[in-house]
Amino acid sequence: MKSILETDELGFYGEFGGAYIPELLYPSVQELKEAFFKYKGDEDFIAEFKHLLKDYVGRPTPLYFSKKLSEKHGAQIFLKREDLNHTGAHKINNTIGQILLAKRMGKTQIVAETGAGQHGVATATVCALMDMECTIYMGAKDIDRQAPNVERMKYMGAKVVSAESGSKTLKDATNEAIRHWINNPDTFYLIGSVVGPHPYPAMVAYFQAVISEEIKKQLLQKTNHEKPDIVIACVGGGSNAAGAFYHFYDDENVRLIAVEAGGLGIKSGKSAATAVLGKPGVIHGSYTLLMQDAYGQIVEPHSISAGLDYPGIGPLHAATISSGRVEAIAINDNEALNAAQLLAKSEGIIPALETAHALAALNHCEFKKNDVVVINLSGRGDKDMQTLLNNKYDESTF
Amino acid sequence: MKALFKNQSKPLLSIFTTAGYPKIDDLDRQLALFDSKNVNFIELGIPFSDPMADGPTIQETSTIALQNGMNLDILFGQLNERKSTLPIVLMGYLNPILLFGLERFLELSKKANVSGFIIPDLEIDLYQERYKSIFEAFEIPVCFLVTPRTTDARIQKAAELSKNGFVYLVSTNSITGGEVAGNNKLSARYEEIKSLCGATPVMIGFGISDRHSFNGAAKNLNGGIIGSAYLKALKKGEETEFLNQF
Repeated sequence: MKSILETDELGFYGEFGGAYIPELLYPSVQELKEAFFKYKGDEDFIAEFKHLLKDYVGRPTPLYFSKKLSEKHGAQIFLKREDLNHTGAHKINNTIGQILLAKRMGKTQIVAETGAGQHGVATATVCALMDMECTIYMGAKDIDRQAPNVERMKYMGAKVVSAESGSKTLKDATNEAIRHWINNPDTFYLIGSVVGPHPYPAMVAYFQAVISEEIKKQLLQKTNHEKPDIVIACVGGGSNAAGAFYHFYDDENVRLIAVEAGGLGIKSGKSAATAVLGKPGVIHGSYTLLMQDAYGQIVEPHSISAGLDYPGIGPLHAATISSGRVEAIAINDNEALNAAQLLAKSEGIIPALETAHALAALNHCEFKKNDVVVINLSGRGDKDMQTLLNNKYDESTF
Repeated sequence: MKALFKNQSKPLLSIFTTAGYPKIDDLDRQLALFDSKNVNFIELGIPFSDPMADGPTIQETSTIALQNGMNLDILFGQLNERKSTLPIVLMGYLNPILLFGLERFLELSKKANVSGFIIPDLEIDLYQERYKSIFEAFEIPVCFLVTPRTTDARIQKAAELSKNGFVYLVSTNSITGGEVAGNNKLSARYEEIKSLCGATPVMIGFGISDRHSFNGAAKNLNGGIIGSAYLKALKKGEETEFLNQF
């Protein structure tokens, strides 16, 4: 049987994906495609990738059994601690992979986009490590909202450029990074999620696949289960979800739940629930589901978490959600805030606001007593302290 | 469109303007101006919120046009009522076209006597695999882009697909609104490209800002397209003066 993860020649997962790119980018995308498919099976490349993940990033990340959440929800709940990676989130798995590829391609300059700044920090980090020149585009609004991450990037030697066009957030930073790549074709564009033209979605998913690879091994060691019954992950573009689902996509017995940002509610007009509200279309080089108005203009989404307010979703997610393989749930801002507070008070772990959406999804699922549930704890919440403190949570939840 | 290239005695001038800019109903006025000047055909931009291959000038006009309320229904209404007979090529990103409905878009384009399309994010292989048969049913040519970096084989493919329109040669590897790199190496490459395109006309664009750069870039080709420089003049209300130089 054909794997869900397999694309066709043009990079489509069924209906979604492809490379909708201007001719100006074609040679660069082609060069990248050739390099990725050459090195993804190369022993030396994989050995170097694994070595850095272990000694530099700190992998494997623990699979932690949460006794309290398990008791509360009546299932066996595990947290995959991606928040314990170097730089505090799963993002670095991908930046390590791509920087090694860039190095093998002889590149010396890197450009990337960032929303909340997590991918920007992870990119600045690997650029410092590999002595690469680093330019990060970040929406002017996000630069204001995420000042500490801007400082971290700069401190490691990256140049942070403010994206002043359009709505001045992640989608505009992505446009600017793509324009930079067009104008500087020798640059390596280090994309942060499973979005963009083929081969990016497949490549980023491949580098994040280590998450589910470890989940499988660790679960077997801890519980004798060969696989979880349910995996839950939040989705903006969808890189942590792609990594957490990767090795389970083709096993229909594993329920996969993608959690989107419902913002103020999916009917409020202030939401980032692309799977529910999006229609098929082209954004940033990929045919996928996206938030758009009646005339195909891209709509700015809303979420309390800067990492989830992307108007599109990776084409792999669009394909698997449309086919019913993956279930999509929307979690509102206030539910995410409550879930963050709950985890902080009950387990002493402050999750990123993005991750808090995945945690809140527990309240929307019905479990059987012995269900093994894995939640991908994609990032830590230090960057969100201001938001967490400014927003009152509902005491009655506890 | 074909007749235009067949009968040309000098490089053709095409002007790019954004539909709905600076005012939503400014198209007729600009078309009348083009009619009175040495403009051979129009490239009319369909505004899009996220124009990936365009620089700040065209993006700004798109944003304003969208704020003015421009959309495809209004645009086709304006095209149907236009008095000018100058050929019009529609330039737009794929997303608004797909959401509008590709066949509906093509049908209305046919009705409005549109001469061709430029769709920068419609990549050649994808076009052939997924969209070509739909476009061909309506017999309006898609004009594909090539750059100096495009391989010879791909240039020939673009020329074959664009044979009823023209190949759009992007002067340099950069987004719109930059400068033409007018060095000899590129001029030699332009000539190679022209010869690779065979009978398909070649129009050059991106970075042409005045008569001087037009003459330099378009010589030995079928003509040139001016966008950002015209829009900058339009913004200042100096479009007539700008066109007077040609």
